[in-house]
Amino acid sequence: MSVEAGKLADFGNRAAQPRKGRRLRAFLRNPTFVAGVIILSFFVLLALFADLLFPGDPLDMVGPPVLWPGESVEFPLGTDSLGRDVLAGLVHGARASLLVGLSAAAIGLAIGMVVGAAAGFFGGWVDTLLMRVVELFQTTPTFLLVVVIVAIGEPTMQTIALAIGIASWPTVARLVRAQFRSLREADFVMAARSLGYSNLRIIAQEILPNALPPVIVAASVMIANAILTEAGLSFLNMRDANVVSWGGMIGNGRDLLRTAWFLTALPGVAIAAAVLSLNLVGDGLNEILNPRSDP
Amino acid sequence: MGRRILTTLRRTAIHAGPTVLGIIVLDFLLLQLMPGDAADVIASESGVATAETMAALRERFGLDQPVLTQLMNFLGHLVQFDLGFSPRYNMSVLDMIMTRLPSTVLLMATALSLALLLGIVIGSVMAAWAGRWPDRVLSVVVLLFYSMPGFWVGLMAIVLFSVKLGWLPSDGSMTIGANLTGFAFLSDRLEHLILPALALASFFVAVYARLVRASMLEVQRQDFMRTAQAKGLHPFFIQLRHALRNALIPVTTVAGMHLGNLLGGAVVVETLFGWPGMGRLALEAVLARDFSVLLGVLLLSSLLVIIANVVIDLLHAWLDPRIGAA
Amino acid sequence: MSLLAVENLSVAFPGHVAVREVSFAIEPGETLALVGESGCGKSVTAFSVMRLLPPNARIVSGRILFEGADLLAASAPEMRSIRGKQVSLIQQEPMTSLNPVLSIGAQIGEVIRHHDKLSHRATRARSIELLDLVSIPDAHRRIDDYPHNLSGGMRQRVMIAMAVACGPKLLIADEPTTALDVTTQAQVLDLLDDLRRKLSMAVLLITHDLGVVAQWADRINVMYAGRIVEQAGIEPFFARPMHPYSRGLLGARVDVDADEHYSANRLSEIPGSVGSAMGEAGCPFAPRCPLVEASCRAAPPPLLAFEAGRRVACPVTLAASSELRDILPPPSYGGGAPEGGGGGRQHKRFSNISDLKSAGTPTGALPPRPSRAPPPYDGGGKL
Repeated sequence: MSVEAGKLADFGNRAAQPRKGRRLRAFLRNPTFVAGVIILSFFVLLALFADLLFPGDPLDMVGPPVLWPGESVEFPLGTDSLGRDVLAGLVHGARASLLVGLSAAAIGLAIGMVVGAAAGFFGGWVDTLLMRVVELFQTTPTFLLVVVIVAIGEPTMQTIALAIGIASWPTVARLVRAQFRSLREADFVMAARSLGYSNLRIIAQEILPNALPPVIVAASVMIANAILTEAGLSFLNMRDANVVSWGGMIGNGRDLLRTAWFLTALPGVAIAAAVLSLNLVGDGLNEILNPRSDP
Repeated sequence: MGRRILTTLRRTAIHAGPTVLGIIVLDFLLLQLMPGDAADVIASESGVATAETMAALRERFGLDQPVLTQLMNFLGHLVQFDLGFSPRYNMSVLDMIMTRLPSTVLLMATALSLALLLGIVIGSVMAAWAGRWPDRVLSVVVLLFYSMPGFWVGLMAIVLFSVKLGWLPSDGSMTIGANLTGFAFLSDRLEHLILPALALASFFVAVYARLVRASMLEVQRQDFMRTAQAKGLHPFFIQLRHALRNALIPVTTVAGMHLGNLLGGAVVVETLFGWPGMGRLALEAVLARDFSVLLGVLLLSSLLVIIANVVIDLLHAWLDPRIGAA
Repeated sequence: MSLLAVENLSVAFPGHVAVREVSFAIEPGETLALVGESGCGKSVTAFSVMRLLPPNARIVSGRILFEGADLLAASAPEMRSIRGKQVSLIQQEPMTSLNPVLSIGAQIGEVIRHHDKLSHRATRARSIELLDLVSIPDAHRRIDDYPHNLSGGMRQRVMIAMAVACGPKLLIADEPTTALDVTTQAQVLDLLDDLRRKLSMAVLLITHDLGVVAQWADRINVMYAGRIVEQAGIEPFFARPMHPYSRGLLGARVDVDADEHYSANRLSEIPGSVGSAMGEAGCPFAPRCPLVEASCRAAPPPLLAFEAGRRVACPVTLAASSELRDILPPPSYGGGAPEGGGGGRQHKRFSNISDLKSAGTPTGALPPRPSRAPPPYDGGGKL
């Protein structure tokens, strides 16, 4: 009996674990995905080695104010109104943006997956109740909700990440719920149930691995949106005063829009590039995990 | 169709009632968690911060009462369509919101329409030239717009159209004190509207363009397209009447989900452009800890989303006769 | 002059040639069946006539003469005036062939308004007439229904109504009954035949169902791997199929002293698969043909006339038949007589589809000789 149990468990798990070698090659063959990964890695490296590349605090005033890019070799991308190095700010800003993006997405995914799995798997009143909560959150404009939550606490990086995560879990929950609803009728689930597996085990070991592909794609989109939201918040001055962020740089440069528009342009380009890379990765993942045949 | 409207409205009212109540309670409690209250802000701004003045302020606006009492008061007033009084603006919240609501609705409606129109056109072009260079170029452009923050697009637009070219204004919703009438008035309003609307719409143009492209390509593969061609109809007519109507169905679903985002995005865009709308009001209310106003704005925003979803549902049903067929 | 004359049509897709040097003609008012298995190029041929091929298809050579004018040389507006008006199409899947978001009245009406330019009221009246013509009950109410409100058979009738709305001279029916159940099949085909006579319409009937062909067609073209391998009138064909592939399809054997019932012996099939035709320089059927000779693989055999109205693309078969014909009288199983004579399956005139089906005509069924172990497929035995 235990041999059969093992075989059945294997069957369920085998469906969950892709043939790794073939999958990897499929990833590498997709140009969108590869391009996205390359650009993203560039930013990740920037974030990781920011201190090495530009030691010191980027918020320090180090040069004459409002230097244009190219005017001085020392400050290749110029300086802002307070004489701060723009390039240093951009590189350090990568760290802030990526950190916030990742943690916000992680929080959102965690909450969303738990809620979605519960709602989708158990159905009934659990589902109705949870979906009502989801609706509550989704009827309130997301950005406003984030602003309110940030206002409750101190506008630090952690609070911002938490706020964005709390505001974005409903989308994940809906997605996961849909997956669970369709997968819970699958044969391998019935097999697992007949072997007496506990609900928790079925959810975590059987269904969840199979529900992951759209969630993975959604994750990259969530990180991208989190970065955009954080940029918006920083622009509105709801940011951590001790940390450089791209949105904050744009906010600072707003007043000099007429004379030194590069101060708003350059950080925006950085945001666009980082978010673009995430979207490329997301698109590539979507093509790989959900293949279709149109051009 | 008329019967459908009634059933949808009734269904929504029944369903939305508890949701709205839940929103009110949730938001109320959330706001209570915020440190400080309106009295603090007013006092700090006016520079008078004695204990007596603050106590007097609090008592005047009922801020010293226990949370539950405040909530009950609020609900009680709400039933009479009274949203309370704003300590900061010194007018009733409802009046305050009503002065700002039309501007926001105008901005959102314009942005959404622009986004849909541009998105559908661009998406159709991309689908028609799928795989060839117009499609590739547009795909890159679209992806870029999808990645750029809306407010940054607005800023760059200001640099180009306001600063460099001087064609369009960058602040407010109209030229104040000019007392324009008729056509000049409309054109002035329009000039002020374009840049904010474009900034708000930029992200969504990308979403709809991608969606329409995928949807149109899907539709081209359907058998009924060949049937239409076999009837000898003109290709453009076929695309418009047969393909597009089918392709727009998923677009309506997605557009419905975006309304919340649209309002949220309006907060930043309105602040950037000095647009006198509800989004900017909400932000000011947060900073001023003016909970009455904030609560009113949150409530109204949610109502707006619910109403818009109903409209989208009806639109969806009109486009697709298969819905509700059972 | 034939209504439609296809001359040497070749159509290619990236990677393979779907239709090779196909030539046939349809006379006004007749039903020509184009028969073959999936992938043999029959649908592509049909779509070529209306120039409704997918964008990656290329018409490599040939002419398609409709009433003398080459359709392949026609301009786009000219084609648009011909489609729906002179030549119409019915497709296989009625559910997906109708636009789900438009009412059936709207879909029928648009072809009428486009070609005949009638007013709204007149169009609606005519649409209701057409729905009556195709026996849709309660037409004046049904006209505002949507495709999902109708059953499969009714949807196919709506397709037929749309196709005949402007009185076309040629109707191309691409597997019109494949997606329907057997009873509905018979009704729809009855309807088609009825309309054909009423409207003096020719029908190009594309199908893989030989039962349908036997009952409804006047002439038959058999296609294999993109080529036409046999052309014949219906009765001569079913009486005595000649090309080895046709014989395989019908499981027929020309055996003068055979009088067995098919169920007495085991079935055998054409060995191999149609994929073997890829890259074949000679006759596409050569890899599977038991009568194959060295010359068969050199070049694809042309369609040669055997008798009036009968052409076969198999020199081996033709040579053997003409020899025999000189020696022996034609096999006496009433080939050509309207009533089936006695004995043998081959010459029984099938009066309904189910008869023919129960006689085992699915592809490849081939009853072996009596009272012996079933021999391998040998192209139908000696002629």
